[in-house]
Amino acid sequence: MASSFTRLISRRNTAVLLAGLGAGTMATGFLLNENNSLVADVKKKLYPPSSDFPDLRKHNNCMATALTPAIYARLRDKLTPNNWTLDQCIQTGVDNPGHPFIKTVGCVAGDEESYEVFADLFDPVIKDRHNGYDPRTMTHPTDLDASKITNGMFDEKYVLSSRVRTGRSIRGLSLPPACSRAERREVERVVVQALAGLEGDLAGRYYSLGDMTEKEQQQLIDDHFLFDKPVSPLLTCAFMARDWPDARGIWHNNEKTFLIWVNEEDHTRVISMEKGGNMKRVFERFCNGLKQVEHLIQERGWEFMWNERLGYILTCPSNLGTGLRAGVHVRLPNLSKDPRFSKILDNLRLQKRGTGGVDTAATGDTFDISNNDRLGKSEVELVQLLVDGVNYLIECEKKLEKGQEIKVPGPISQFKK
Amino acid sequence: MPFGNTHNKLKMNYSSEQEYPDLSQHNNHMAKVLTPEMYANLRDKETPSGFTLDDVIQTGVDNPGHPFIMTVGCVAGDEETYEVFKDLLDPVIEDRHGGYKPSDKHKTDLNSENLQGGDDLDPNYVLSSRVRTGRSIRGFCLPPHCSRGERRAIENLSIESLDLLDGDLKGKYYALKNMTEEEQQQLIDDHFLFDKPVSPLLLASGMARDWPDGRGIWHNDNKTFLVWVNEEDHLRVISMQKGGNMREVFTRFCTGLTKIEGLFKERGHEFMWNEHLGYVLTCPSNLGTGLRAGVHVKLPNVSKHEKFGEILKRLRLQKRGTGGVDTAAVGGVFDISNADRLGFSEVELVQMVVDGVNLLVDMEKRLEAGESIDDLMPEQK
Repeated sequence: MASSFTRLISRRNTAVLLAGLGAGTMATGFLLNENNSLVADVKKKLYPPSSDFPDLRKHNNCMATALTPAIYARLRDKLTPNNWTLDQCIQTGVDNPGHPFIKTVGCVAGDEESYEVFADLFDPVIKDRHNGYDPRTMTHPTDLDASKITNGMFDEKYVLSSRVRTGRSIRGLSLPPACSRAERREVERVVVQALAGLEGDLAGRYYSLGDMTEKEQQQLIDDHFLFDKPVSPLLTCAFMARDWPDARGIWHNNEKTFLIWVNEEDHTRVISMEKGGNMKRVFERFCNGLKQVEHLIQERGWEFMWNERLGYILTCPSNLGTGLRAGVHVRLPNLSKDPRFSKILDNLRLQKRGTGGVDTAATGDTFDISNNDRLGKSEVELVQLLVDGVNYLIECEKKLEKGQEIKVPGPISQFKK
Repeated sequence: MPFGNTHNKLKMNYSSEQEYPDLSQHNNHMAKVLTPEMYANLRDKETPSGFTLDDVIQTGVDNPGHPFIMTVGCVAGDEETYEVFKDLLDPVIEDRHGGYKPSDKHKTDLNSENLQGGDDLDPNYVLSSRVRTGRSIRGFCLPPHCSRGERRAIENLSIESLDLLDGDLKGKYYALKNMTEEEQQQLIDDHFLFDKPVSPLLLASGMARDWPDGRGIWHNDNKTFLVWVNEEDHLRVISMQKGGNMREVFTRFCTGLTKIEGLFKERGHEFMWNEHLGYVLTCPSNLGTGLRAGVHVKLPNVSKHEKFGEILKRLRLQKRGTGGVDTAAVGGVFDISNADRLGFSEVELVQMVVDGVNLLVDMEKRLEAGESIDDLMPEQK
């Protein structure tokens, strides 16, 4: 392979000439464009897709599993309407072979159209990540009617806090990996303007990351609201931290139960949370707040990215569908030591994390327990699943406290037909 | 960002004011120079390979800088960057390289015969001598912008050429992604191994993409001549040895570079070079010679003298810790090297190091003996 390269390369004089020409005669934009397309064509011929195919032999992420040389060859030279390419989608997965605790996704979208233009890659990645969900044949249900939740009040001897989060993207603007500074500022403008229209228990305030005072910053840290510049290479390699902290900020209501992150990993991340076990109220506020924000942006001619195939469109394929993670911080001193704990969680379609978030391990007996799934089930279904699951875990904990026997529940089915 | 015309064209729907970066917290050369007017004039331009103004400045936008150190804050994605974006880069170069004007010519001189002396820096004080530079291969995009295919092509070309070196330059290539544990440990022990960049200055410019694909280290069997492939530049070339024979180090440096250049030419490739900027490298700070010639030298007394900083400045030298650019000196041992890169030839810069270090060692000996060094104070070079 090396020798055929060098033979190709030794005939590159055309490209070298063009490059030299370009350097000396950059008089007008027209000339530039002529040279650019010529050079691009020459480069495409000199570097067939096989020469650019990434070395994924040491990799273990969904992108590396799905991306074959044939798919790469078909997609490499395609562009979304915003000029986003396959190479840009997969850069984070090429740069990050794996993660110690989880199989990462390894690709991101630069815009809504990425999921269409690069469907040959994203569809199998989605299928892999979302338990066999096939975007070509299935549809995703959206349901934000919180009144349907039953038994949504947890025993507060065990559940310390309840939280629901999701993300929303503004249709027509590029996503964080691809957006220009002006687009990012436009996202901020649209969202902040809409949030200013919230009233009652949702009335609140915006804190721009670049402009906040020391005091405001400390308060946000104490409230556990402040997000910082990403350090995870999964995110920085996906170009999401560019121009930090320009157009990034945090909005929260005065009661500190409804919080929105602007231009972090997605256009918006929406979080409803409270101390204690009233998950039903947390979810009610969540749905209510989301609906109001949607209404407020629609008044000005904007909408969220959504379609029937994929639900709500977000930057990372892992957050498609509902983008919803509903979770609690719960004390399970006995159950967590039981060897069946992991199996019980698996069957209930729940996951555990440390209380510091996705990359942390649990300390002591308190766990972050949340739903595994995002796509293929509606918001109501997922929150109900979490509610039923956590109630079951608490029952097990109580039984073990009394020295009684517990049962591993049967596995919950994947998709409702 | 990656090769080809792959950047966000939607941004042209927004005005220049809406796109202009917030540089209010910034202290780097790019931020000093880039006015809103300049941004408006340059933002729709691109080089033939598709590198844009936003690509050039991203690292400077993402890294505001340090209150005491002036970083450059911009990089080139290809040779044409320096031409297409000269309105930005010329003033950056002028500011960084001591007033070097757009009309100035840079002299290249790799004839080590022109160096005077340099073979007898006192080894009681001078522990080691080293010369490094970089080279870019014309026709390929630079590390911030190259595709995987280009980077691999550069690696293959380099291996092919380096494999043909013989005599005391004969050596071996170690690809970063293929080396054995044993080879890796040996390279670490020899202080040859480079690792994936962690500095945000480099990461924000896109240089670490696809690591470790296409990266590697070549060195001769004698371990005195070393080439880094596809780290911060296409090639970084290093000649080094223990002791004070800078002349020998520089001779090997020139011989090796000249031979490598010849081998590339045989394969139809040349190094990026022009009359005005000399050798073209990724960072504007390394233009011209790209040369840093330095020694590790014991100066416990001189370094405590109140005029130490002034002496170095007049000699056109800079001090670093022996761990490299971001470290402090330990035990009175300093890394002393030339401060300039552009506007002086290679021979001139190495001469400055040789003469300057000789003087510093003389000063050290005087101070050791309790004598004054006032009569040794140099003029500004």
